[in-house]
Amino acid sequence: MTLLDHVPSETQLRRSAYRRRQTVHSVLVAAFSTAALGTLLVIAVTGAPGWDRVRLSFLDPQIARDALPAVLSGLWLNIRLLVCCAIGALLLGLVIAVLRTLRGPVFFPVRALAAGYTYTFRGLPLIIVLYLLTLGVPGLRLQGMPPVLVLGGIALVLTYGGYLAEVFRAGIESVHSSQLAAARSLGLTYRQTMRHVVLPQAVRRVAPPLLNDVVALQKDVGLVSLAGPIDAVRAAQIATAQTFNYTPYIVAGVLFVLLAIPLIAVTDWVTLRAARRQSGG
Amino acid sequence: MPLLRCRGLRKEFGGHVVLDQLDLTVAEHQVVALIGASGSGKSTLLRCVNLLEEIDDGTIELDGEDISDPRVDPDRVRRRIGMVFQAYNLFPHLSVLDNITLAPRRVHRRGRAEAEAQARELLDRVGLGAKADAYPDRLSGGQQQRVAIVRALANSPRLMLLDEVTSALDPELVGEVLAMIRDLKADGMTMVLATHEMGFAREVADEVCFLDAGRVVESGPPEQVLGEPTQPRTRQFLRRIIEAGRL
Repeated sequence: MTLLDHVPSETQLRRSAYRRRQTVHSVLVAAFSTAALGTLLVIAVTGAPGWDRVRLSFLDPQIARDALPAVLSGLWLNIRLLVCCAIGALLLGLVIAVLRTLRGPVFFPVRALAAGYTYTFRGLPLIIVLYLLTLGVPGLRLQGMPPVLVLGGIALVLTYGGYLAEVFRAGIESVHSSQLAAARSLGLTYRQTMRHVVLPQAVRRVAPPLLNDVVALQKDVGLVSLAGPIDAVRAAQIATAQTFNYTPYIVAGVLFVLLAIPLIAVTDWVTLRAARRQSGG
Repeated sequence: MPLLRCRGLRKEFGGHVVLDQLDLTVAEHQVVALIGASGSGKSTLLRCVNLLEEIDDGTIELDGEDISDPRVDPDRVRRRIGMVFQAYNLFPHLSVLDNITLAPRRVHRRGRAEAEAQARELLDRVGLGAKADAYPDRLSGGQQQRVAIVRALANSPRLMLLDEVTSALDPELVGEVLAMIRDLKADGMTMVLATHEMGFAREVADEVCFLDAGRVVESGPPEQVLGEPTQPRTRQFLRRIIEAGRL
């Protein structure tokens, strides 16, 4: 009997009908509870005694329009910094993670340095690293000192490199030792095994947590404004100081969320595609 | 000169002796089957020969060269030995074709076109030509294990080590893998195989070695070791196998 001329039995028809009814029922319940919760929230917020004041000082459309250009130009700095720092931190993290897996006495100092690095920069608050690099380093008055923005970027790369190194390392260690045995038995060297067998599997596995850290980095790049450069949040702060109205912060916040959405969507898509390709589909 | 000669091998894992004064000699084109209970040291012996484990005493010679010498580059040795694992150990992120061509391209520095042509020819020969672009997880266990054998063969090894290659397979898939090993024997491949398939060992092996507690207790032609074992421990082991319906 082929799939096409199969006539479902009476029992199966009853089961299908029951499942369809259940589905309709579930959708209705979900719609109703969402509507009820939404209404409650709106009533609670707009009915609050201070709602009118809050709306004036946080949701003023005119002020939002006025602040938008300055916040956008600040956001452009965020985006450029984010791209550079994300690439830098991912590369640094990967290198540190690989260095920490090297075996043999020759590599002891390398391992120790790499371990010391991750301990230090995961423990050290980002703001302190930023101050040290953007205020302390220029104080040395060395020749050819890079601009403050670059120093701030280096501080971000150093800090996030530490987090990302640990994520990469977790990925590397999650690759089963039988994969290493198989690769080595084929005559691949340790480096080739890492490059062609371990890292591709490790990176795929930790892509979601890596991106999670990149999204966190997206919010932290703004901290370079502590040293002078004007990012989106700082621009919003300046606009707020001029009008005594907090709407520019809301503008910046919305823009940040909009910026994160494609980033998150891309990882979800990458993860899904890798999973589909590898296991039936 | 034998292709492989192990003398006085010793291997411990945390105070537990897994291989103890073990001797094994394999001539070129010979097929040696290692039998014995789980934990008798069969897999460890194969892993030691492939230098995946460091031995604690004794010597291993391949083609007359002492490969247990720490000055020997293990990668160079492993290129001459093909190994197939119980759990296939295919690389899940690479297609069948890329699994097979990885070593020829990266280790032997062959061009992509040449390596792929060779891989496709090998796949065609074992009836897996249509699976070249599939990913391992989409194949049955038997197909995966055949791909793993092809992957080892693509290195043109002098010696094949097969570590219980049918133990993880559903019974109806065992046959296709065994048929492939039979063909390898017909081609004159030198093989050492750890196995629980006594019937297959009897059919394909030139010599059967019964391992117990890390030693070769009894060895010889399959009819003798499996048919008229002289050692009590061999008899005891075979009796248990018969009771389990595996012989």
